[in-house]
Amino acid sequence: MTTATKQLDELISREYQHGFYTQLETDTIPRGLSEDTVRLISTKKNEPEFMLEWRLKAYWHWLTMTEPKWANVHYPPIDYQNTFYYSAPKSEKEGPRSLSEIDPELLRTYEKLGIPLKEQQKLAGVAVDAVFDSVSVATTFKTKLAELGIIFCPFSEAVQKHPDLVQQYLGTVVPYTDNFFASLNSAVFSDGSFCYIPPSVRCPMELSTYFRINAKNTGQFERTLIIADENAYVSYLEGCTAPMRDENQLHAAVVELIALKGARIKYATVQNWYPGDKNGKGGIYNFVTKRGECRGDNSHISWTQVETGSAITWKYPSVILRGDNSVGEFYSVALTNHYQQADTGTKMIHIGRNTKSTVLSKGISAGHGQNSYRGLIKVLPSAENARNYTQCDSLLLGDQCGAHTFPYIEVKNHSAKVEHEASTSRIGEDQLFYCTQRGIAPEDAVSMIVNGFCKAVFQELPMEFAVEAQKLLGVSLEGSTG
Amino acid sequence: MLTIKNLHVSIDDNGNGKEILRGINLNVKAGEVHAIMGPNASGKSTLAQVLAGREGYQVTAGSVRYLGQDLLAMTPEQRACEGIFLAFQYPVEIPGVSNALFLKTALNAMRKQHGLPELDAMDFLSLVRERMKRVGMDEALLSRAVNEGFSGGEKKRNEILQLTVLEPRLAILDETDSGLDIDALKLVADGVNDMRSPERSIVLVTHYQRLLDYIVPDVVHVLSQGCIVKSGDANLARELERHGYSRVETENTAKQVA
Amino acid sequence: MEVQLQSWQNMKLAQVPHMLAGHAMPWVLAARRSAFERFAAHCFPTRREEEWKYTDVSIIGRRSSLAPDHIPPDPSSEAKLLAWTLASESLYLMVFVNGHYAPGLSMTDDLPAGVRMASLANILENGADLPESYFDPQHEHTIFAALNNAFATDGMVLDLSPGTVLKAPIYLLYIASGHGVAIYPRNIVVAGEDAQATVIEHYMGTLDAHNFTNAVTQISLSAHAEIEHCKLLQEGPAATHVAGIHAEQASDSHFISHSFALGGRLARNDITAQLLGKSCHCTMNGLYLLNERQHLDHHTRIDHLAPECISREYYRGILDGESHGVFNGKVVVHPGANKTDAHQANHNLLLSRQAEVDTKPQLEIFADDVKCTHGATVGQLDDDSLFYLRSRGIDAELARSVLIYGFTNDIIGRVNMPELRTRIEHLVLERLPQGDQIKELL
Repeated sequence: MTTATKQLDELISREYQHGFYTQLETDTIPRGLSEDTVRLISTKKNEPEFMLEWRLKAYWHWLTMTEPKWANVHYPPIDYQNTFYYSAPKSEKEGPRSLSEIDPELLRTYEKLGIPLKEQQKLAGVAVDAVFDSVSVATTFKTKLAELGIIFCPFSEAVQKHPDLVQQYLGTVVPYTDNFFASLNSAVFSDGSFCYIPPSVRCPMELSTYFRINAKNTGQFERTLIIADENAYVSYLEGCTAPMRDENQLHAAVVELIALKGARIKYATVQNWYPGDKNGKGGIYNFVTKRGECRGDNSHISWTQVETGSAITWKYPSVILRGDNSVGEFYSVALTNHYQQADTGTKMIHIGRNTKSTVLSKGISAGHGQNSYRGLIKVLPSAENARNYTQCDSLLLGDQCGAHTFPYIEVKNHSAKVEHEASTSRIGEDQLFYCTQRGIAPEDAVSMIVNGFCKAVFQELPMEFAVEAQKLLGVSLEGSTG
Repeated sequence: MLTIKNLHVSIDDNGNGKEILRGINLNVKAGEVHAIMGPNASGKSTLAQVLAGREGYQVTAGSVRYLGQDLLAMTPEQRACEGIFLAFQYPVEIPGVSNALFLKTALNAMRKQHGLPELDAMDFLSLVRERMKRVGMDEALLSRAVNEGFSGGEKKRNEILQLTVLEPRLAILDETDSGLDIDALKLVADGVNDMRSPERSIVLVTHYQRLLDYIVPDVVHVLSQGCIVKSGDANLARELERHGYSRVETENTAKQVA
Repeated sequence: MEVQLQSWQNMKLAQVPHMLAGHAMPWVLAARRSAFERFAAHCFPTRREEEWKYTDVSIIGRRSSLAPDHIPPDPSSEAKLLAWTLASESLYLMVFVNGHYAPGLSMTDDLPAGVRMASLANILENGADLPESYFDPQHEHTIFAALNNAFATDGMVLDLSPGTVLKAPIYLLYIASGHGVAIYPRNIVVAGEDAQATVIEHYMGTLDAHNFTNAVTQISLSAHAEIEHCKLLQEGPAATHVAGIHAEQASDSHFISHSFALGGRLARNDITAQLLGKSCHCTMNGLYLLNERQHLDHHTRIDHLAPECISREYYRGILDGESHGVFNGKVVVHPGANKTDAHQANHNLLLSRQAEVDTKPQLEIFADDVKCTHGATVGQLDDDSLFYLRSRGIDAELARSVLIYGFTNDIIGRVNMPELRTRIEHLVLERLPQGDQIKELL
């Protein structure tokens, strides 16, 4: 083992920092999944008929599906009958009307997580919808956003207050038939965030959701739906944590983005679910379907993700470029350590004319981590002058890990220009030597190089998230230096 | 030889036309050497590209006559065959196509145009070898792909080699001096000076006066914001060297205001 | 579409091994029969299988018989005309007509000492002096290879003793003629230490032949051996063709594979190399020039199993008409294969509105001290280059041809033997508009 890898080894074996568990009274429905579970969830949420129907259709469809088997992802079978599909903090049953009604224990949890939930922290300029296990707990800044006509609320509230919008857009990007986990989510999702930006409104602040899995054996199935109407703009942030547990917990979320003519949506994720311990025990299975549709001309969707957590990550935030001149972007940093597995990437489906997509993926593998980039660039015959540029770089830290690249490029229009480049290498000895020769400690040198490696992606994150993302990588790699 | 009248040229800038050339008037007679000087973004390179027939520029007004013909109606290859040569500011690299094949294809296309027999391999080689020597180019570059992996200086010299082989009537040199050290500059200038003749005109597009110490022009024009704001003899270039472009531009603005 | 064999077909086909060369040898017959069972159990792959995602092979069974001609056809003298000679260079020639060796058309005289070059059928008929392991199921990289194990009619067996250097190339010509013929060539090349040879496999067919070729070539390289293998696919526009070329490399050996694909209606090449010893070099080059409704699929796989090996892969495609090109290149770096240096590139030019390309360059890396890169592009001719040529007086059409030629030259230029390179260049130029004009200028 070289000095560098030894240093890395020490650095990356640090403990998960968000692994505390909050003692709360919860309202949980019995384990297992059946039509009754679906009905019960819908009843608990007091949902209109169309929602129940949609959930049931999804459930019936799910029954006909088999769980996918992926070439480079390995995990023991999930027992879907031994999972809780609904768990809510009890005091929240009626729905909190103000922050003072929220269980102080819960507030302390958020404080620990560093979420700016309290009034004084609103100055930070981030509106937060926090999802704790399955239920949205609080949405800050609601009134201020309402003045602009922006709807930002828990999904369950949107179902009550804006059923037309929900009915019009739900499942139009990710249909309930889409894949095994998306179907499951459609049947049993309990909450999530809903966001609607009216025409020509530029959302003045970053909208944010914080997800946390707390209860034991709970599957978290949240659903996010964001609609940017014509010429609207929104930047959205999502963060996730979970307590340390020995069992594996399932997280199967669905995110749908819809950008109408001229609209722009930026969606950023910092995913730091519990990754399991050093020996690969426990951790979250993060099987998420995220997809955006540039439905109108000149629309623009960009995904940015920093994936450092979860035992297994399986997600391909995608963009359907339907509108002419629409733009899709995907910027990703994925770090796997210990026994983590990440299979992530994107799909860019070019349908409209002059559509452009950019993919920038940075994978870092350490320990026994397995990191795969899987991406699809598809140019349909209608997509005149489509352009794509993809760059995937992998950095290997240690000789037990793996880095894999599986790009799929399918071009059915001759005016398309598609470029893919990928490289895999280990952290450069010469770079390290250059740094140390200039008096930089090896530990700092590694952190500098890794951060430099990810810089192009971090630049796409909103400022406060970029700092958090760097800190997260720091937890894994940087040690005490910042 | 070349007469440009009130030439207006725009490019597409995100759906909006952006005017680069705003009424150029220029008259180049046979045997003359003209220098077009100007600050960055004044439209010098645009003018060179438009004369060579580059797509992507819209001529919104004006005319260009070359040897009595409407130049703007011709394809790039027709212009080349009629004797227009553009030495590119940034010559492209063409992997897989050797310099020899490239030059031979071009030369024979022109000979064919003029009803001359194609050169056989021997004649072609002896011609090119002689010209390569003249511009100080290594013969090995002949079998290399066009400009691929060439240094900046080699690329520029390759342009001059093509110039001497193709022997155009009107040569337009776009910033051929940029990126050259003093020795390379002299070689390039010698190559160009060798080409001066009563039948041949040369237009030098340049930012600096330096090149004009070696290739002395008959006429110097100052291009600024898409217009020729001043013309004069070789002394104008030296004046520019001393005072910079701003003085000419200021004078011009003053004139316009007046 | 799924192709399943009807039971009567199955019974009929199961009898085929009994009629083929070597059926008197118990191990040969047993190997063929068990290979057939493996094929029959799986039958043709479908597009639901990841490795066949972009290639539908169902037309193979619809258009041709699967059973090989077991009687060698009367070799027509015309066939010889199809064989081109490499100017001024001597060569060793073996011609196969519909999968059967035609000694009358071949030239195998004056082989140096230490070389055995023979027809596989002859060897199988005369005691089958071959390692049985060549017919092991583990060498069946696709299900078609199982079918080849069962039905292989003939081919070349080349044994090079250590230190043998064959200066002249070995030229294998496979001619397909007649309707619905199934052809199963099988070649085995064993290069001893320090041995060197160039092997050309050229597949040609008549314009109307609805033949199905299923070929397998196994190449084994001992330490320091060097084999340059060049495959030219030039079968007729109605032909279907699947082939496997599989190399196993011992330390310090050098394997160079070229695949030039110009003909055929549907073709699939699986080319693999296993880098088993230290410090191997492996190069895989490919060029596919497709037109009309041609479908061509290249699957390559390089397994780095030992340290300090270098692999290079360069594939390019030019797609015109309604053609469909597929490239799937996989590089796997196994644990322990440190100091691996692998590079792979696939570039495609789409020349027409209906042409399609699917490309999947893949890296799987399980070692850390590696340098691996890959790149893939799909696009058109570069506008700046076109303008550059036109500004030098070259008309637009010729300029396009020159640029296409330049695009192919990157691959053709990697062929080591000058005469072969020139011959291939001419083949490619024949396919380009104004190619003859460029030929004259070269």
